[in-house]
Amino acid sequence: MKLPPFQALLDEHRADVYRFLAATVGPSEADDCFQETWISALRAYPTLRRGDNLRAWLFRIAQNKSIDAHRARGRRAVPVAAVPERASPPLPERDPELWARLRDLPTKQRTAVFCRSVLGMPYDELALLLESSEDAARRNVHEGLKRLKEEFSE
Amino acid sequence: MNDIETTLRNAALDLPAETPELSDRAEAEGLLDVAYTSVDSPLGPLVVAATPKGLVRVSYSEFRGEDEVLEELARRVSPRVLEAPARLDPVRRELDEYFEGRREDFDVPIDWSYLAGFTREVLRATARIGFGEVSTYAGVAAEAGSPRAVRAAGNALGANPMPVVVPCHRVLRTGGTLGGYTGGIERKEFLLRLEGALL
Repeated sequence: MKLPPFQALLDEHRADVYRFLAATVGPSEADDCFQETWISALRAYPTLRRGDNLRAWLFRIAQNKSIDAHRARGRRAVPVAAVPERASPPLPERDPELWARLRDLPTKQRTAVFCRSVLGMPYDELALLLESSEDAARRNVHEGLKRLKEEFSE
Repeated sequence: MNDIETTLRNAALDLPAETPELSDRAEAEGLLDVAYTSVDSPLGPLVVAATPKGLVRVSYSEFRGEDEVLEELARRVSPRVLEAPARLDPVRRELDEYFEGRREDFDVPIDWSYLAGFTREVLRATARIGFGEVSTYAGVAAEAGSPRAVRAAGNALGANPMPVVVPCHRVLRTGGTLGGYTGGIERKEFLLRLEGALL
């Protein structure tokens, strides 16, 4: 199957990828993660053997970049004892608390909840993204939503 | 808090929608295999595309849709096709000057590497025909080294991936009738008039 021009992929998914990153890593790091995601995708693109399931492939790359960002934040958080630097500028979101809670979920749950609840991704596609079974994808959505709900009803 | 999914969907509407540009970074990393943009011209919008080596495509958008041209580039050159207007600034400037009658020759480099064999020879011969001059299908066939391959020369010109810049409009039928043109005969007439080769 032939690959579409990369720009077509970018036009179709750039806004969703950006929202995914803004939600899962936070707006202050979303720009960097967005660039990293698309540059990695562009680098690997010609080696893809199939042109289907490109969205799952893209979001898997975005998820990996979000993991990198979470790790980097963990590393930064350790040594700054004297001057507690703000982790991020004030969030411009209407409901930052919700996204902060989402960011506290395990990686797969966070991805699963966003892709299912916000993007309406089908479970078979989500399973490809998470490299898991459809059942496991369903469980990740379910568990993630349950935890978010519990924390919000406290 | 009745439905957490609705809350998520509503909150997502407020997430930032502005996304950073990628083409500069892609170019810096050597990943901008095909840069393209749309350029306005008196003959309607043109899709213009270049590799790091030079121009690979000029196409009349009204004649062939942009999507189709980009798909062809993805297949023929590389799927790493990105919109990058700044990368095409020199071509845009030269085309503007040409259409305003202030330029006779194009100086932007041409990437010939995706053309092969006789087609390439015919188009290179065509590129040597000067502003205001004309040749014939037989003439470019001879220039390309195969005087008898007149029909093949016609096919090569019909498949010219860089009209205007590789001036296939300067090639006429023996006897002076205009012959065909990739963007339609009116465009060929317009270009020949612009150059003073047709009154």
